[in-house]
Amino acid sequence: MNALTSSFDKSTLDPSSDRGARSVIRLTDVTKRFGATIALDRVSLSIRRGEILGLIGRSGAGKSTLIRCLNGLERADSGDVEVEGRSIIGLGERELQSLRRRIGIVFQHFNLMSAKTVAENIALPLKIEGQPRVVRRARVAELLDLIGLADKAGAYPAQLSGGQKQRVGIARALAARPALLLSDEATSALDPETTDAILELLRDINRNLDLTILLVTHEMSVVRAIADRVAVLDGGRIVEQGPTCRIFASPGAATTRSLLRAYRPTLPDELSARLVAGWGERTLLKVVVIGDQTRAPLLADLALATGSRAALLHGGVDRVRGEAVGALFLEADGRDHAQFSAALDFLRQHASEVEVLGHVAGDD
Amino acid sequence: MSPAMIELLWRSFVETVVMTAAAGFVSLSLGLPLGLLLVMTDRNGIFERMWLNRSIGAVVNAVRSVPFIILLVAAIPLTRWIVGTSIGVAAAIVPLSLAAIPYYARIAELSFREVDQGLIEAARAMGGNRWTIVSEVLIPEALPGLASGFTVTLVTLIGASAMAGAVGSGGLGDLAIRYGYQRFETNVMIVVVLVLIALVSALQWVGDMVAARFDKRSRANAES
Repeated sequence: MNALTSSFDKSTLDPSSDRGARSVIRLTDVTKRFGATIALDRVSLSIRRGEILGLIGRSGAGKSTLIRCLNGLERADSGDVEVEGRSIIGLGERELQSLRRRIGIVFQHFNLMSAKTVAENIALPLKIEGQPRVVRRARVAELLDLIGLADKAGAYPAQLSGGQKQRVGIARALAARPALLLSDEATSALDPETTDAILELLRDINRNLDLTILLVTHEMSVVRAIADRVAVLDGGRIVEQGPTCRIFASPGAATTRSLLRAYRPTLPDELSARLVAGWGERTLLKVVVIGDQTRAPLLADLALATGSRAALLHGGVDRVRGEAVGALFLEADGRDHAQFSAALDFLRQHASEVEVLGHVAGDD
Repeated sequence: MSPAMIELLWRSFVETVVMTAAAGFVSLSLGLPLGLLLVMTDRNGIFERMWLNRSIGAVVNAVRSVPFIILLVAAIPLTRWIVGTSIGVAAAIVPLSLAAIPYYARIAELSFREVDQGLIEAARAMGGNRWTIVSEVLIPEALPGLASGFTVTLVTLIGASAMAGAVGSGGLGDLAIRYGYQRFETNVMIVVVLVLIALVSALQWVGDMVAARFDKRSRANAES
């Protein structure tokens, strides 16, 4: 919990205060065009050592291009890409090859070699690196234990389930001890239970091996489960980034809000249809509470402190990365402006976000 | 059938096997790299060189469009230069190889193309170079297709070797033409055709078995 809170505080700081060595990957104003279309538009993003960063966006948002730019499979038209503090712009193919070994990728469709056994698949990055057989064998045994598939060393991918294949994919990505584990929609082809198990494995790897993870996905649920921070990509631009619970509690960009629609309570349609601007007898408020705020008797305190009584119409508290995040829709009488203002002030002090949505017309 | 006839049949059988095996070996060792090169040099290939791709493609198409019997005669100067003579089993191997190399190159090209692009991408993302992609991905993953394609090539070679009789190569096909077709010895022809059917069937059976052994893409095969 403490670790979470501190990462929360840390990330509210200006991202540019974050210096070289602390970032495993750092993109600065990266732009990439394919003909007339702009795939990446001045993208700046840094992945901090030890964190799990969720990069979310719909298909076509530029996620794949971003991945290919950071391992040098695609060259950025402008801007800078740094891996472990070293710019990769202008590196030759051979240097890029050794750089790519620092980034282990887990693929959506596993991309395991069908003609190789599980052990041979995991050993492949080590073979590419030129490690001797003894070293490879020891490392493979270690990784098979880590993913819990020691009994499948001699099996071929076709004999494994989807979840097992992805575990092998993860082990292979880890084999050469990369600085960054990049999960490219790693759970998108899996069923919900398997997805949870794979995400759990990724989180364990992050904690136990202190490995930095970039989680590229189009699913908010994946980000919510394990990401410390989120960056939202839309139309080739980073439209929003911040700590996961902050993004979930109060998304700023329209893209984020629409991606989050299913995960956040919204005002019931029959109420929102009748809303008009201003304060009235039935004024509706949206209040966002995070962390300890969710445990306070907010409405009772409000009544005691200001005399205003508010009714809870809709909403709920959810847990994001172990942090409680609530979005509540309240109704209060706004006809007495002085009292209502006092109530708003009280709520603003005790919640992280307060918004007057308007009042319900037709009941006056 | 007379003992002399049986003796002749046996000799023809050996000649066919020798011609097919030798030309098959040459087509495998030159056609496979050629097929690989066709895939590597193509657009978005791992060694994109369009001019090279088009040149190889043009030569392959040109050789493949020449009827074998014409190739057989046209290749005589080359044959004489390589084996010193233009008649006999050794001389037939040259035009047979010449025809089979581009044939197998196209088959190999198809097999390499069927390898999942995702696997190549994965090897590149691991920091693999071209050689890694060829040796660890393209060849092992295409092996089932390469093996069954080689079987097809060998069977086609057996058929083509019949025509090689025109340069005095001997072989089963030549025997069937000389005795069965030109001398109306129908029984010889029937025996020869039966032997050919047996030879092709056996080859196909072995080829299928080898291909299945290499194929780990389905659960059942992976278990074998």
